[in-house]
Formats: sequence, structure tokens, C-alpha cells
Amino acid sequence: MAALEDLYASGHRACAGCGCALFLKTLMRVAGPDVIVTNSTGCMEVVSTPYPESAWKVPWIHSLFENNAPVAAGIEAALKATGRKGNTKVIAIGGDGATFDIGFGLLSGVMERGHDILYICYDNEAYMNTGIQRSGSTPYDASTTTTPAGKMSFGNQRPKKNVPAIMAAHGVPYVATTSMGYPADFTKKVRKALSIEGPKYLQVHATCVPGWGIDGALSLEILRLAVETGLYPLYEYENGQITSVKKIKNRKPVKEYLDKQKRYSHLFKMPGGDREIEKIQHIADLNAKHFNLDIEEKATAKEKEAKEE
Amino acid sequence: MAKMAVMEGSHAIAEAARVCRPSVVSAYPITPQTHIVEDLSAMIANGELTNCEYVRTESEFSAASVIQGAQAAGVRTFSATSSQGAVLMYEVLFSIAGMRLPCVLAMANRAVSSPINIWNDHQDAISARDNGWIQLWAEDNQEAADMIIQAYKIAEDHRVTLPVMVNFDGFQVTHLYEPVEVYDQKMVDEFLPPYDPLFKLDPKDPVTMGALAQPEYYTEARYMVHAAQITAKPIIEDVAREFGRKFGRFKGGLIDTYKMEGAEVALVAMGSILGTMKDAVDEMRSAGIPVGIVKIRTYRPFPVEALRAALKGVKVVCVLDRNISLGMEGAVFVETKAALYNASESPTMLGFIIGLGGRDITVRDIKGIVDKGYKKIGGERVSELEWYQLDRNILPEGI
Repeated sequence: MAALEDLYASGHRACAGCGCALFLKTLMRVAGPDVIVTNSTGCMEVVSTPYPESAWKVPWIHSLFENNAPVAAGIEAALKATGRKGNTKVIAIGGDGATFDIGFGLLSGVMERGHDILYICYDNEAYMNTGIQRSGSTPYDASTTTTPAGKMSFGNQRPKKNVPAIMAAHGVPYVATTSMGYPADFTKKVRKALSIEGPKYLQVHATCVPGWGIDGALSLEILRLAVETGLYPLYEYENGQITSVKKIKNRKPVKEYLDKQKRYSHLFKMPGGDREIEKIQHIADLNAKHFNLDIEEKATAKEKEAKEE
Repeated sequence: MAKMAVMEGSHAIAEAARVCRPSVVSAYPITPQTHIVEDLSAMIANGELTNCEYVRTESEFSAASVIQGAQAAGVRTFSATSSQGAVLMYEVLFSIAGMRLPCVLAMANRAVSSPINIWNDHQDAISARDNGWIQLWAEDNQEAADMIIQAYKIAEDHRVTLPVMVNFDGFQVTHLYEPVEVYDQKMVDEFLPPYDPLFKLDPKDPVTMGALAQPEYYTEARYMVHAAQITAKPIIEDVAREFGRKFGRFKGGLIDTYKMEGAEVALVAMGSILGTMKDAVDEMRSAGIPVGIVKIRTYRPFPVEALRAALKGVKVVCVLDRNISLGMEGAVFVETKAALYNASESPTMLGFIIGLGGRDITVRDIKGIVDKGYKKIGGERVSELEWYQLDRNILPEGI
């Protein structure tokens, strides 16, 4: 197996501790060489292909910010028309800006038309390449350069857009969320997605060290906290139905996730910040309820039963 | 004798696309282009066009992106659009040319909003002139169809490797029924060999396409597109001549001329207006007025040398523009003036904005424009730019 050859080579220009670069490296180890990759404009495009260098040892194309999905669809159509499809997988990669916002309509078209491609959104929750501006994926109360926290504002005042649910509503065979904090979960879901014919959507939570204001060494720990607090639930949709959820034992308070990131630091300093953290806790609680995330301890369940009696 | 048939311009163009055997067709409906892509859909549904994937996108932006991806994967593609659709495609059109992907796009020229107007003028393609695409401009149904076949040959030539936009007037060509020759597939195959891409996305031989070029490389990348445009000039001529030898029809390469012998006044224009202009010139020549026509058949690359040669010795050149670079003049006028400015002999130049948003152009209009040329020769005051059909009664007071 050629899995140990790095098809996404080192020497790219990503920051130390970049969760998104880790995503690409891991992805290419799983996907192998028989792929064609389309990449939207964004950090991962910029850091990987400064001419005359390229980190890509597989065929790769970058066209524009918003069209990685239809370019992938065109490649798929070309392979089909000429009988060259074979086992070749077409993978479209885009950040959350490309996916949630500027390329959203184009992605919807590709999903609806049933192209056999895997679309992967690396979700670092803002326009990081242009300097940390708010996107449709930016979570509630995160401070960005276009939703800065200030005397009159706690930062971004809208919740994160639920793109996986919208993708699932297209009736595509496979939609999943995953996190670079859980490489095994990521690997499993990429493998599964690539084994399914038709349009697939994968959303990968990945850190941006400067964008989140974190210690790069804590990248994976922070990503795991997003899951362990219930703020970034990991689940799979198959043919429109939720078929698996990553359960959480002893769900942690969101505070533990927030206090390690500068984008939320204002919540710990400003008057009324406590109430905002409660609101974020409420988002996590709703996620836990919606996806049934919590594993109740057996003893606790018994106690509960006793109480009820 | 070749078989002739009366067919709609759109159908003739779709037939031309079909015999070029595209592997991927992608488009989005917009008037007046729709009949072309409807006809191609029917050809696929009826099994007349095989080994072809038709991708019905949710926007022109996606249609252009799909053909970009497909062409990058190493296959021949086709798309058609018009007006707003072309404007929506612009960003992708730049990317396609910069990446040197030899796509062919049929453009049913139409006015651009606002105000919304579905009728013909040339604003859509003119405003796309700087994106690196070769632009060919047809006069009638037969030429538009023939140009599609020539476009692939030009685009795919390894010395060129640039996309080509084939322009023809919305409605005046797309919806007009005229006799055209029915293509013989074998002859087309002999003229246009299978697509042989210089590079393609292939897991067996990985390439990176669309890399980031910093200031130390960007100028060179742009220069290479420019150089390919210049290189294309004689190739466009050669392809037109080769097509002429094979199919018996030659309508010029970069430009075509009509009754330019001894012309004092020359008319310069592009598109279906040429038919009306020829009628007007025939009548004026019969009356002894030495007037001729230079048709611009290739707008990008701009035929500087050919125009200098064709307009040599002319006293006044009247350029008819179905477009306007607002705040300046018609684009063809501006560029024709620029082409002649440093020539050894530079005639007096007059510009006319005409036929915007589908306003009819008559033989009388053309004669009126020639009259202006003669007034200028006679020493009368004639403004350099005239909005020829402007109805001042419609304008608010004070404009």
C-alpha cells in the first residue's frame, strides 16, 4: 500500500500547528494516488501551490473561490464520457467561506445533479486567508475582524449555518461531520465516503492557529474539546437519515473550549460575558438533545430512576 | 454538390457543435441562446450525439466551471450563452484563458441590463474582450456554424491553446431561417482531428493547474497569453483558408473586405449588420459612390496589420459600434483608431453608435452614415462620435 507516501508533501507554507494542513496530509494518505483534486481559493490553495512549487503529487486544479464543486463535476463528466472513470475519485476541497457562502449555490447544484464526487469542507469557521473575516460558519460570539468584539458587541451574533443538514436534504447518499481532533473518525469517514457512488459531503472541523488565537501545540486538544463539549457534534447522514452519532461521556462545559481561544477571550473580560457563555452552553445543550450525544452513566441512570420513584 | 437545408441559425450552430464531437456540453438557458442547447439536448436524447455528457447546471457560472473542469481533464467541450449569462461567466472565462484551456463558447450576442433587454447588440462580448479569449464574429447562419468548427481547430492548435468565443447576433442569426450546408461527418473529422491536449488532469501523470503566481511570475504568465493571441493571427487565417479549401466557403480570416477598390469612405463593423451594409454599398456603388466595407471577423486578437493594409488610401473611415464603452466611445471605433494612429497614413475616423438593444438598422441608416463621411471629406463639421439613432424626443429635458 502506497499509503505512507505523502501525496501532500511537506514544505508547504501553512502555519505550524495548522489543522487544515493536517487535514490535507491525512486525507491524501487515505485517498491514495488515484484521485483528481479540485481546490477552491483559500489558505490551503495558497500555501500548497506557490509557483513554481507544488505540494501536490496528485493531479490538482484550482480555478476560483466559488467553483471547486462544478469544476469537479466537469472532471467527473469528462471521465465518464470518455470511459476513463475506472476507480479514479474526484475530490473537491474548499474552506467554509467557499462552501457555506460564495460557492453555496454551485455546490447545491452539484449535489442535486448526482455527480460522483466527494466534497470536503475544511471548516475553520471564518475567512482566514483574507484575515479572519466572519463567514456563515463562524460560531456565535466569535470575534472576527468583521465581527469584532467591542464595547457594544460580543462578536458574531448569528449561529453557525447548518450546512450538513442542507446537504442531507438534497437526498445525497452520504453526509458526515468529522474533526481533525479525531483522526481515526476522519479516516473512517473518508474511506466510507469514497466507497459510495454519488455525491458525498464531508465537513471537517479544523483549527486556524492565528484565526482562533490558539497555541498551535494545542490544536488537536482544542478540536477534541469542541466535540467533547457538544459544540461540534460528529455524525453521519445516509440517504437523508442520521445513522451514527459520536456519543460523549461526561460532556464538558463549553467554558473549557472557549477559554483556550483568543476569539472568545472577550467573553471572560466583558461585563455580561457570563450570560453569553451561558447562551453558548445552551447551543451545546441543544446539540446534545438533538443528536442524543450524552452517554448517561449507569449509576446515574439508576439514581435517576430511584429519584423518580 | 453539398446537401443544403433551410434551418434556424441556432440549429445550424448546434449541428456544427455536434459534428465536432464534444465529450462534455454544459449550459444554462438564456434567450436568445436557448435553442442551441435545446437542440443539443435533443441530439443526445435521440442518440445523434453519443459519448457526450450533458450537464444542465444551475447557473452560467457553473456551466463555465463544468466545461473548465472537463477541458482540464482532457476532453473537448461546448457551451453557449448570451448577455447576462456571459456576464455571470466572466470570472470563469478569465480563469479558463489563463489556464490555457481551449474551450469553445458560442455567444448569441445580446444587450446587457439594465434596462433589461433581450435583443441584440454586442455589449456582452465586447465587455469580455480583455479576458484572453479569442473572439470570432460571424455575419450569418452559415458563417456562425462554420466558425464553430474552425474555432476548435484554432483553439486546440498547440501553438495557440487558447479558448475561442464564437459571436453571432442574437435573433438576427439565432432565430433566422436560412439555407445552410448540412455537414458531412467524415469531412469534418478530416478537418478537425480528435482533441490532443497539451496537458490534462490524469492520476498517471499528475500536474498542478492554477497555481499561485506572485509578482515575479504573473507578468510572464500574462505575456504568454498575449503572445499566444498574437501567434494565433496567421493561424486563424490558415484555418479559414483550409476550411475554404475543404468546404468551399471562405469568408475571410481576421478581416474580410467588400468593394474596397478605390473606396473613399470605408465602413467598419462586425456581425449581422454586414448584410444590410452590403445592400447599402451595392446601391451606392451603382450610383457611382466609391464606398467599401471592412468586416472585422476576429476581434481578439485585434487585426491591427490587416486593418492598416485594408484601410490604406481611404479618406474617411466610419466605424459602426453595436456597443458603447460608457464615458468613451464604441470599442471597435476606439481600437480601430488606435490601430491606425501610428500607421504611415492615417485616415480621418468617425464613430457611430448604432443598433443598441435590438434597434433596427436600415439601408437608409447606413447611407446616412456614409453621407456623414462625405460631409467630412467636404470640409463640413462632423462630430467624431455620433449616437446615430438617438431619439432626443425620448430624452428628458436638459440631457
